[in-house]
Amino acid sequence: MITLLVNGEHRQVDAEPETPLLYVLRNDLGLMGARFGCGLGLCGACFVHVDGVAVPACDTPIWSLEGKAVTTVEGISPHPVQRVFLDEQAAQCGYCVTGIIMSAVALLGRSPHPGEPEVAAALDRHLCRCGAQQRMVRAIVKAGEDDD
Amino acid sequence: MTDLPKNLAANPILARWIAVRADGTIDVRAGKVELGQGILTALAQIASDELGVDLAVIRMLPAATTGPDEGVTAGSLSIMDSGAALRVAAANVRARFAEAAGGDDFSYAELATLVDLEVRADPDVPLRSDFTLVGRSVDRLDLPDKVFGRPRYIQDMRLPGQLFGRVVRPPSRGARLIEVSGEVRAELAGGVTLVRDGSFVGVVGVDEAAVGRAAELVRRNARWAEHDSLPDEDELDKFLRSGPHETITVVDDSAAAPTGRTAGAADGIASRAPAGDRVLRATYSRPFLAHASMAPSCGVAVWHPDGRVDVWSHSQGVHPLGRAIAGALGLESSAVRVEHVESAGCYGHNAADDAAYDAVLLARAVPGRPVQVLWSRQDELSWAPFGSAMTADVVATLSAEGAISSWSYDVFSQGHMARPGYAGVPGLLSATFLEDAAEYPAAVDPPAANGYGSMRNALPGYDLPRRRVVGHRLLRSPIRSSSMRALGAFLNVFAIESAMDELAEVAGRDPLEFRLSHLGDPRGRRVLAAAAEEAGWGRPPAEGIGLGLGYAKYKGTGAYCAVVAEVEAETDVRVRRLTVAVDVGRVVNPDGVRNQIEGGAVQSASWTLTERVRFDRRRVTSDTWETYPILRFSQVPRVDVTLVGGDAAEKSVGAGEAAQGPTAAAIGNALAAAVGVRVRDLPLTREAVVAAIENAS
Repeated sequence: MITLLVNGEHRQVDAEPETPLLYVLRNDLGLMGARFGCGLGLCGACFVHVDGVAVPACDTPIWSLEGKAVTTVEGISPHPVQRVFLDEQAAQCGYCVTGIIMSAVALLGRSPHPGEPEVAAALDRHLCRCGAQQRMVRAIVKAGEDDD
Repeated sequence: MTDLPKNLAANPILARWIAVRADGTIDVRAGKVELGQGILTALAQIASDELGVDLAVIRMLPAATTGPDEGVTAGSLSIMDSGAALRVAAANVRARFAEAAGGDDFSYAELATLVDLEVRADPDVPLRSDFTLVGRSVDRLDLPDKVFGRPRYIQDMRLPGQLFGRVVRPPSRGARLIEVSGEVRAELAGGVTLVRDGSFVGVVGVDEAAVGRAAELVRRNARWAEHDSLPDEDELDKFLRSGPHETITVVDDSAAAPTGRTAGAADGIASRAPAGDRVLRATYSRPFLAHASMAPSCGVAVWHPDGRVDVWSHSQGVHPLGRAIAGALGLESSAVRVEHVESAGCYGHNAADDAAYDAVLLARAVPGRPVQVLWSRQDELSWAPFGSAMTADVVATLSAEGAISSWSYDVFSQGHMARPGYAGVPGLLSATFLEDAAEYPAAVDPPAANGYGSMRNALPGYDLPRRRVVGHRLLRSPIRSSSMRALGAFLNVFAIESAMDELAEVAGRDPLEFRLSHLGDPRGRRVLAAAAEEAGWGRPPAEGIGLGLGYAKYKGTGAYCAVVAEVEAETDVRVRRLTVAVDVGRVVNPDGVRNQIEGGAVQSASWTLTERVRFDRRRVTSDTWETYPILRFSQVPRVDVTLVGGDAAEKSVGAGEAAQGPTAAAIGNALAAAVGVRVRDLPLTREAVVAAIENAS
């Protein structure tokens, strides 16, 4: 048994220590918001926060999370950034969007009013195959402006 | 009497499309599927307007084999075909309710149980001419679930008693499984079952992480017989030309063209141009491209003990998939039920159908239990069908006045269609690995009536004399190809529009003016003018920056699209801006069209700049995001979209594939303008530009 702190709750998980966090979130805790994209930390679809830092859940073993706080997209919903994404219709298939929102929220935490180049650079670990990047960048810049 | 729209004629019973519930909910089940393109929202807008109800009462159900069969969701046809059918179906439902109520003032809920919809649609039903929702940018119905991270994708399905499955693919193409060591079988205890049939091998179990580890264990302990089977990746041009081919003649105005060797035929056309005409000869190419969906393909299936099979899939065509699965297994079609569940965007025929069949094969080993199969990223990038590599030869002549006096075009390609049921075979990948292995023919091409495959947009949309346009489809290949967004139009428009710029340069004419002087179609002229004006065509660009144009009418029957690209090439080729003008006829959802065009342009920029499937003589080696890179956020250009036309009187055509070819051409032309040399082989990488500069000097 490993105890994880997920979205503010202590959760007991019966899984091998090397099990990637993503499997535990999706299969043991029923949290589907982090998506499986590559399993190698290369696409960004599974990003969550660990102690406030956006990281891929697919290559983070649960043994490394003792004493740390995990936040998933479910833990921040509804968030103003999500509202702006809907206002801007900033997605097509949407598979990459929750991971991107987690990185956006982390970015806005450390840089509340980013411009477009800063947002784009902060999202370079994320892939979007549909080509909705421009809308997402615009939404995140707007979320920073709305914050005033 | 008018005809029913063709998809309604094929599925004329109203109840297959629309069901009115006693609580006032109206269920709509079209045969087209949501791929992230927003089709369910657009269809809901159409249904809502025609039924005269709020959008909120409409519930869009997923396509299923219990609903209307509208084939596959492809070819930018959904708005045109499904939209037209659903509109007439909805008008019929409204008319029947009005008739039951004796007037237009009625409640659907109150009459729900009284009106029989198990009737055929009447083609002469009056249609509404005033629209409330059609033409408006209604928000996508599916996006809240996706943005808030709710379960919605097939990968999120967790049915009671569900097991997880993984398939262990061969290490290389054509490899045959010799054995999985007995020790491994013993180690697999603990709720994991090994399933093997010939060279098809997979594992099934309760715990997904354990199943993943078991698949790795099997992979490491399986012995395979391997051999070289793939062509030389550096000699794709030679491979595509080697044949045997099917010849596809789109047009041939050369009365006495020499037969046999294509070079001879091309020269035949050119040689009959007036003496003194200048000749352009150029060859353009693209490599194999991967769909590269963000989500690895997934399938869910239950093999019931009584022999019925239930399947959930993100296939683009649930009816053809159901028939293909039944055919592959010798079952009655009626025994296989398939329902669509959303996944990430697919951009054509990816591994969705293959994953569904994998789920069925593994479910067969554990009757009564649902099995979910998820492909790995590596398998998705290396075993899904690819968009075919293509190579195209242009031989064109210019008159003394600088007008095109003849045009010859030969394109060499694999087929672009190997969907389930193509060429009379199931077309499902794992069938080729079974003990009783299926041998599939090479991909075919859709017929002319469906806009061709290799030859899609191969006929220039310009007014040209003496044309010869001929395709050469490869009849054998070890590399599986199938439909990828725009099919052959991507390379054909790149080739034609690159050649237009090269000819304009020889003629000493401005590329925009040169195009307009060969283009009579007013809607084509209008998008070209709109894109040029919006992009500031004609202004002197800054040092090191080039502007380029691309234009096409998709399939010759669809959307008009013109693109101006602004490119700089200092170290890498960088697209700074794409300005797109598009005419899709009557617009159902303006923001939906913009989103599709923006996405199409960005994806096309990615194909054009960076993408290339890599392989050695045995295996595909571009199987991660590091070896198959796509454009990243900081590389994505600004895209400005102008919607042109949009007359209510025009029929609606699709937007999903209109921007692919024109974007590639605009980027290639802008690169040539920026650096002064032309790169004719995609992708337009830094290495390709350096090589072109060295060749020129």
